[in-house]
Amino acid sequence: MSEQYRIIGKRIGGLDEKDKVLGNVIFAEDYTLPGMLHARVFRSTRASALIKRLDLTRAKALDGVVCVLSAEDVPNNESVKNVVGQTTEVGLLEATNQVLARDRVRFYGEAIALVAAENLDIAEEALELIEIEYEDLPAIFDPLEARKPGAPKIHGDNNIISAWKIRKGDIEKGFAQADVIVEKSYRTPRQEHAHIEPESGVSWIDDMGVVNIRYAAQVIEHYRDVAAVLGLPDSRVRVIGTIIGGGFGGKEDITVEIFLGLLAWKSGRPVKLTYTREEMGFARHKRPPYYLHYKTGATKDGKLTAMEAKLVSDAGAYVYLSPWILIYSTVHATGPYFIPNVKVDANSVLTNNIMTSAFRGFGGMEVAFAYESQMDELARKLTMDPLEFRKKNFLKKGDETANFQTITSEALLPEAASKALAALGGKGKGSKHKKVGRGFACSWQSYGRMTYLHDTSNAWVNLEMDGSSVVRSGIPDLGGGQRESLRAIVAEILGLKLDEVHVISTDSQVTPPAGTVTATRALYMSGNAARLAAENVRKIILDQASAMVGVAPEKLKLKSKQVYLAENQAGPENQAKKLSLVEVIKSCAAQGKIPQSLATFKAPFTEPITTDLIRDPVFADFTFGAQAAEVEVDTETGEVKLLKYSTAYDIGQAINLNRVEGQMEGGAAQGIGFGLMEDYIEEEGIPLTWNLHEYLVPTSKDLPDIETVVLESRSGKGPFGAKGIGEPAITAAAPAVINAIRDAIGVRIYHVPATAERIFRALKGKREK
Amino acid sequence: MELYEVDLMVNNRAVSARIKAETTLLDFLRENNFIEVKRGCSKGDCGACTVIIDGRPVPSCMTLALQCPGKKIYTVKSLGSWDKLHPLQQAFVDHEAVQCGFCTPGMLMTAKAFLSDQPHPSREEIREAISGNLCRCTGYQKIVDAIESVGKGGEYE
Repeated sequence: MSEQYRIIGKRIGGLDEKDKVLGNVIFAEDYTLPGMLHARVFRSTRASALIKRLDLTRAKALDGVVCVLSAEDVPNNESVKNVVGQTTEVGLLEATNQVLARDRVRFYGEAIALVAAENLDIAEEALELIEIEYEDLPAIFDPLEARKPGAPKIHGDNNIISAWKIRKGDIEKGFAQADVIVEKSYRTPRQEHAHIEPESGVSWIDDMGVVNIRYAAQVIEHYRDVAAVLGLPDSRVRVIGTIIGGGFGGKEDITVEIFLGLLAWKSGRPVKLTYTREEMGFARHKRPPYYLHYKTGATKDGKLTAMEAKLVSDAGAYVYLSPWILIYSTVHATGPYFIPNVKVDANSVLTNNIMTSAFRGFGGMEVAFAYESQMDELARKLTMDPLEFRKKNFLKKGDETANFQTITSEALLPEAASKALAALGGKGKGSKHKKVGRGFACSWQSYGRMTYLHDTSNAWVNLEMDGSSVVRSGIPDLGGGQRESLRAIVAEILGLKLDEVHVISTDSQVTPPAGTVTATRALYMSGNAARLAAENVRKIILDQASAMVGVAPEKLKLKSKQVYLAENQAGPENQAKKLSLVEVIKSCAAQGKIPQSLATFKAPFTEPITTDLIRDPVFADFTFGAQAAEVEVDTETGEVKLLKYSTAYDIGQAINLNRVEGQMEGGAAQGIGFGLMEDYIEEEGIPLTWNLHEYLVPTSKDLPDIETVVLESRSGKGPFGAKGIGEPAITAAAPAVINAIRDAIGVRIYHVPATAERIFRALKGKREK
Repeated sequence: MELYEVDLMVNNRAVSARIKAETTLLDFLRENNFIEVKRGCSKGDCGACTVIIDGRPVPSCMTLALQCPGKKIYTVKSLGSWDKLHPLQQAFVDHEAVQCGFCTPGMLMTAKAFLSDQPHPSREEIREAISGNLCRCTGYQKIVDAIESVGKGGEYE
């Protein structure tokens, strides 16, 4: 595969990894600055209460405390906004977001005050000296209850913050045509990102009065949010991103940056703030939990006729990205299937739980658990092979989705599912109490942001006088090799070696704005921008060479720092006709034609959604794939052991094959965690799973070897026909495992994670019947 | 507050400091510029801060600096250099056993101590050995591959 490329699609291991294995990479918490203060955050211990009294006097008086801030010290503490993705049915909400809680706290862990001191011990002691009195307010923790008119209100007079719908065909008629119908309810958990690196950063005011914040940021554009809070022009706040020690959406919303900006601004001193693991657990956003109700019908020949879904997500106490996540769920609700009649109704609801927001999968994997459980049960009812049944219904290129979007790339679903299943190899036997079963699941997930957001990405590329290249792009490196992808793309196009290309990234005042490292958009958007800029630079060189040798530029090729005649370029007679790249660059420079380019890549633009009804394209494209699992279930304890696992995706075109596999393996592991073991528990709004010995993520012993199958249709919208894989890699994992458990023990789990306890109870329920 | 004079041997170098009794080895190391030792949880849960003490992999956040005089402490920087990576580091690069890289220094130290005891382990034994080091990016697949390749290659001393 990828024979026509020198670098693209190969297994590239090198510069980035080398620094990491040597321990040379400087992460956010590793930075120190002269005269630096250390900060801590004072947080609510109530889920819903009025703040009757807040007294900072004793904390401020402590020796070594330099700065203590509460809401009244924040220049622009409240931002009243109409909710992103808010819809006409819900009406204007005007949710209040506050930097620090002023009069009222709405969840356990909400920030109330900030302390900066000469060292961390003093800052922690100062937290103990802050005096606060609360008056409890009515609270609501169940999103289904919170939708009802009499429920306590979190903001304004309606807890429903968004409502999306899909209507396609005639749902009644569709169910009337069905020979079999499966109707079930499902639940998914509040998943914790559990990136190993805590949120962290440092800030300082430079000699031009600019507030600098260096932190682990998935979105460096948050400099604008810091500027808005401080009441400064955007140009007076600079964000410098660091190499990120894992994010998965956890470093997408505001983390430490506003607090750091405020404390440096108010104290005039450099400041460092790192969240503790407990704070990460109880005060930071999680994946929104979902309640899903699905009804799906099919004819006896196995053709889907209708699907109706009702989705409710728990937004928690503030409005972060849950309305957007809900759009993803609504659009992806059908799964990668052509269904003539579809009805989806989705709500996101405020509660006094911890706020929820972005997490890899972003609304796509919650519905995947439900639609792939439904597909499995339908196949069972039809006594049809689950893959044959799916094959009759898979979306294909040219098909229309339920929101009337035409699929314009390949959808290699039959290949992915067959290959994932084949990769499992021979099936294990099991024993009396240990039942072996197999399952698989297919999924689709968009890559790139919603098209009505008018996404763009910029990159600048040049050639130095010696023929090496510098790339500037604002894209943060989340650990997925984002910088390395740009290096590979530019090296391929300019005919350079990897170590001849240097990438500068993630600085809001130095690198051209490239947008966020979220929404599986980094390769698609910043990769295309780097490709465009490199192609422009190549054109400058080839045009110049063309003028120098009198050969049309189309006949010239740039490789190994030489410009060759394109035909028969290895032939000895052509060696005489080559020009060195350095010669061409010198000639360019002499004529004032600098080989450099700033390019903008624009995603397809669509009009903003103006009604609750989604009936137009929302995404640029989709990635399709499948995952398969073999499990062994102990029927006496309910314990599941994963025996085999495989994952197969069409990623369009690999840039670095190692990294593609890495995304697929890591995505599967996180999705398996979501399906089998990860459960963030709150009781009456009080989080109970703060630490990594309470909130359990998969260890090396919880996972089997993961077989990866990489398909390359070269039909994607990314550079060289690539599709995105970051999020798609997680979506099908939970239903694959749950379908395997169903196969093993004849019991289906409707509420993930499928812990031993839930499986044990489900088995007990079956026996009692 | 009472401070204690302590001399530790880190990467074959003597490091002296005056510390509080409760100073963890992790804090001691980071405050003395061994920032390659990563702080993930401070609870002994994640393994990111693992160093080798007298041949054993130990979470430095669960160890008091005052327990360590007279012991030989090694961090990831003791392994190899840019020009000559340690075979284990080279295997991590070759197998792309690294994504964000935050767990990597601790993971490498656990793997090194393990391979010193058991130079030719099975994949099951590798999974057991590194189960105290959490990685949220890779799903461990390529980490196990990398460690296994070093064991198979027999290059490991």
